[in-house]
Amino acid sequence: MIEFRSVSKQYPDGTRAVDEFSLIIPSRKTTVLVGSSGCGKTTLLRMINRMVDPTSGVIEIDGKDISTIEPVHLRRDVGYVMQNSGLLPHRRVIDNVATVPILKGVPKKQAHEDALALLDTVGLDRSLADRYPAQLSGGQQQRVGVARGLAANPNILLMDEPFGAVDPIVRTDLQNETLRLQRELDKTVVFVTHDIDEAFLLGDQVIILEKGAHIAQQGSPEEILANPVSEFVANFIGADRGKRRLAVSSIAHPQGDDLVLVDAGGYAAGVIAAPGGQLATANPTPKSRSISNKTSQAGDA
Amino acid sequence: MNIFAEGIAWLFDPAHYGGVDGIDTRIGEHIMISVIVLAIAAVIAIPVGYLIGHTGRGRVIVVVSGGVRALPTLGLMILIALNVGVGLEAPVIAFVVLAVPSILAGAYAGFDAVDRRTIDAARAVGMTEWQIVTKVEIPLGLPLLMGGLRSASLQVIATATLADYVGAGGLGHFLFLGLQTRDYPQMLAGSIVVVLLALFSELLFAILERLVVPAGVRAGERADNQEDVRAKSVRSRTATG
Repeated sequence: MIEFRSVSKQYPDGTRAVDEFSLIIPSRKTTVLVGSSGCGKTTLLRMINRMVDPTSGVIEIDGKDISTIEPVHLRRDVGYVMQNSGLLPHRRVIDNVATVPILKGVPKKQAHEDALALLDTVGLDRSLADRYPAQLSGGQQQRVGVARGLAANPNILLMDEPFGAVDPIVRTDLQNETLRLQRELDKTVVFVTHDIDEAFLLGDQVIILEKGAHIAQQGSPEEILANPVSEFVANFIGADRGKRRLAVSSIAHPQGDDLVLVDAGGYAAGVIAAPGGQLATANPTPKSRSISNKTSQAGDA
Repeated sequence: MNIFAEGIAWLFDPAHYGGVDGIDTRIGEHIMISVIVLAIAAVIAIPVGYLIGHTGRGRVIVVVSGGVRALPTLGLMILIALNVGVGLEAPVIAFVVLAVPSILAGAYAGFDAVDRRTIDAARAVGMTEWQIVTKVEIPLGLPLLMGGLRSASLQVIATATLADYVGAGGLGHFLFLGLQTRDYPQMLAGSIVVVLLALFSELLFAILERLVVPAGVRAGERADNQEDVRAKSVRSRTATG
């Protein structure tokens, strides 16, 4: 569990990036911090591994005040995945993945074996181990970045807009992989994004932030969609523009019991089953993304 | 016989080899002075350049030291010699002052050119500042440092001809003696050897500069070249910076 208690960050020039922020991030769940650029979400994330120290307030990990932990040690125990992968360009894939374990004193041979296994975990072919980052596609680099973040087997994984720089198809692929990994590995994931769809897809808990890292609303994606507490939230999640307000199309008539749904603008948004004229309800637990389109082999991503 | 041919003939005259005034001896002295100067300048400039590059503080030092290059080396050398006497000491100090700015700029630029995001990531995964310097910034900055050493070496080899003016020997001996005795073939012979030494230094450092480019970075350049010619022109601009 990660707890923020009245955390503020003020820069010397007077800007208050984070203002009295309090939040409990539960263990083994994915918490997504979402907001426009400059809302302080990345600052919050970087406070968890002490890349940024708060001006005031306390951050605790499992009840321990992190300001008492030496930053370098803390960072080696917290996985970090960033945009543009942040891989070391002069080191091979396998050395990049093994970076943290080797820093922690794991023998090189062991670290390399573990790194190869991690390439399997993130869906990369082992033949890529001897390549350099520049020889990989953007999606592959991002997977290596995730593997590096997982290498020290941390309980906490911080992800800072990790899929912001890859094309939409690869992004969908990586998002599904993230869901799969989370199911398999059961980490406490803190994920930062400006993409509300990504937040709703990945988050067990979604925190919508306004400027100064003020929490506009927090809750599960369902709770937020069902009941946006303010105009800002409604605006942010697209409810006001009718993007998420769906209606059964009166024009299209597909086969069988399915009805076509359109958004408020009249654009097709999906289909809904209606056997015998009754709309179907569903709430599969646990959620599964295995229904999504199987994309090409992960190695190409 | 024209002066060029005479100069070359002077160069190949076996009588001009061996002994205190032999061309070979003077080449040895010249190289020795240059190597000593480069070594001292490197020991001073590289740590300072790395410190400025890593912390981002004291950039003004790089700028000011660049201005020091404008100091007339001959004047500086004579000024020092008047204080410490004739011999090796004065020219070495004067040439170190000449060589430091290039090496300092190379060391600093090498660190400065490393992608900030790469350094940020290295720090975020738990590298200490020392590990960031030794495992990230030094290997990635080596090509630009070599570039700095390359121009310093060229300047020192060319300027080391002045050393003989205060009795420190080197190839300048042939220039000064030739001028005094109106032995122009001798002067020309000395100049040719200096030019050859300078070219040799350029070649050596050009090779080194290529060798120290990390394999992963070279791989990236190849990939970029295939995909995007523009990326290459951007990089070569940073490389010369």
